Amino acid sequence: MAATAAAAGPETDGNVDAGEVAKFGQFAATWWDPEGEMRPLHRMNPTRLAYLRDAACARFGRDPRADRPLSGLSALDVGCGPGLIAEPLARLGASVLGIDAAGESIAAADAHAQATGLAELGCDLTYRQTTAETLLSEGASFDLVVSLEVVEHTPDPEGFLETCGRLVAPPCPAKGKRPAMPGGLLAISTLNRTLKSLAMAKVGAEYVLRWLPVGTHDWRRFVRPREAAAALRAAGLTVTDATGLVYNPLTDSWRLATRDLDVNYLMTAVRENA
Amino acid sequence: MPIFAAMDGLPPTRPTRRRTASSRPHGRPPASARVEVAIAGGGLVGLTLGVALAGAGTEVAVVDAQSPEALTDAGYDGRSSAIAAGSANLLEAIGVWPHLHGEAEPILDIRVSDGRIGRPAAPLFLHYDSAALERGPFGWIVENRRLRQALFARAAELANLHLVAPAGVAAAERPGGTAERGETGIAARLNDGRTIAAELLVAADGRRSPLREAAGIRCLHWDYPQVGLVATLTHELPHGGVAHEHFLPSGPFAVLPMTDGEDGSHRSSLVWTERKDLAPAMLALDDAAFAWECQRRFGDSLGRLGLTGPRWSYPLSLHHAQRYRAGRLVLVGDAAHGIHPIAGQGLNLGLRDVAALAECLVDARRLGLDLGAGEPLARYERWRRPDTMTLIAVTDSLNRLFSNDLPPLRLVRDLGMALVDRAQPLKRLLMLHAMGLVGDLPRLIKGEPL
Repeated sequence: MAATAAAAGPETDGNVDAGEVAKFGQFAATWWDPEGEMRPLHRMNPTRLAYLRDAACARFGRDPRADRPLSGLSALDVGCGPGLIAEPLARLGASVLGIDAAGESIAAADAHAQATGLAELGCDLTYRQTTAETLLSEGASFDLVVSLEVVEHTPDPEGFLETCGRLVAPPCPAKGKRPAMPGGLLAISTLNRTLKSLAMAKVGAEYVLRWLPVGTHDWRRFVRPREAAAALRAAGLTVTDATGLVYNPLTDSWRLATRDLDVNYLMTAVRENA
Repeated sequence: MPIFAAMDGLPPTRPTRRRTASSRPHGRPPASARVEVAIAGGGLVGLTLGVALAGAGTEVAVVDAQSPEALTDAGYDGRSSAIAAGSANLLEAIGVWPHLHGEAEPILDIRVSDGRIGRPAAPLFLHYDSAALERGPFGWIVENRRLRQALFARAAELANLHLVAPAGVAAAERPGGTAERGETGIAARLNDGRTIAAELLVAADGRRSPLREAAGIRCLHWDYPQVGLVATLTHELPHGGVAHEHFLPSGPFAVLPMTDGEDGSHRSSLVWTERKDLAPAMLALDDAAFAWECQRRFGDSLGRLGLTGPRWSYPLSLHHAQRYRAGRLVLVGDAAHGIHPIAGQGLNLGLRDVAALAECLVDARRLGLDLGAGEPLARYERWRRPDTMTLIAVTDSLNRLFSNDLPPLRLVRDLGMALVDRAQPLKRLLMLHAMGLVGDLPRLIKGEPL
């Protein structure tokens, strides 16, 4: 799939903001440096990966302590960047497709996976420069669709969420040796549109702490949980959870908080019907 | 546990080249192999880490300059170690303890006293009784050789633990990648030129850790004007599970309960801290005279003392690495720190490193994270360095307080011990500290699975 896509050239005609794509493409080279410009994402990664893993294991009846608990599942990472989520999902056993509109990100992702030798470790990971809209038009569907810290960078966040939702696979009855599969799972994370998020994620992180380059976020594109849930329901999904992701400056770490969704939050939804 | 003198049978870098050790002809072994974690040094700490990680499913290679036969030979290491309760929990949780087959003597009672040569212990002394705590023994005294045998026996049950011995790690290499993009791997280059590629390289290569020095990690270091004399004593009367720590002007004189010898003799392990200038004279004595010097210091409570087996001596020093990690290299055990043996905590500190690092790595692995990339190692360093700093401060000040004969200090410390002995909550806390059961404990130290 990757080879044909590469031959066909970039496909970036979907719900994509060219300015945003160029902005993130320029970070691609240093994205994997845990102390580089994407340091906040590295700090956040263990917490959001644990959330993803536990949600997927609960949905598909897997043991999160087992080796490669997600093996046999197909996964799509929309807006994968250089692979901070796609690589761990592949290491956990899923067959992962990472897509991004930025060619630099895809090139950096491919280079990193190759240098790490993921294929030698038996990981199934493919990257492709394309959009969720293109995949949907091709009729693709996945057991697990994730899109973390991406929604807020699209021109039409609710339309983007609905497209992601439509890429989630329907339940599949047992066929021959293949056991029945429940409908797929979607997990997103984004920023809430509250005064607190304006103060912390925009002004605080970009201008005061200089955590993120100025202009990383446009607060007006932040999505309230209620709006996100409505978009996912429009795609035929059932919202199963919304959990806050809260930063503790004393320990420089993130934790899940069921009540505080004011700034960063994660949401899961599942497809119950065909 | 496959044991490879060469690297035959280790997972080669490319799975297509994978063959089993038995199917490989005696020709050339693979030039390189790939694991998740490579450990330089198969001593007590390095091997325990290998067993803990492999038991949780990680592909591990342990490289040591000595073969298992050499490491478990009676002449290699005749010392015994105090295994604190928390460390025993770790060994139980990773399946090593059953392989000791009862070759461990519980410490039921600790008696701390102040004294002078030729006089009985001062009447004011501190007495710790494990029964008062209802948490089992404080710890166990285990012969290092028995512990190594148990570790190798457990390692033999783990197919994903590869022992590469005898072989030495010549250098750490950073293949591919740049610091800016994040390094994507590390490799241990062996003395014969072959390499073991890994996500993470662990330096468990001792107090003079060549890997630590090559990585440019600086180390705080100072020497004590003392020498540790170590031997096994025999005595007429059973020890009843009592550990004695007798503070003499030259330093602590500890007699720790061991299992009975094969001939049925009662045995204790001696750890005698002596002034550097007096030690050569003590070492030059014949066995009978050495036993008599012990008797003069210890008294008659165990009856007549004798000496069995050889004596060891080593200079006492303190060192602490300023960082526990550099890129994809991480330090454990003596490579990271060495403390005064006054509290019998050196190995226990190393085993707590093992428990914490194993937990950080296994947690990261279950998230699909790269084991050598920043986050898990930063967590390990944040967790362990403060604990070690505390123990360094405590053991160093204990040594300064007790290793002298100034009358005012003697009075202060004797009163101090008497007060501690009467202050039950403080005493309880001190006992739990000695057992290694205080603080933010790794799961393995609490006896839980990884």
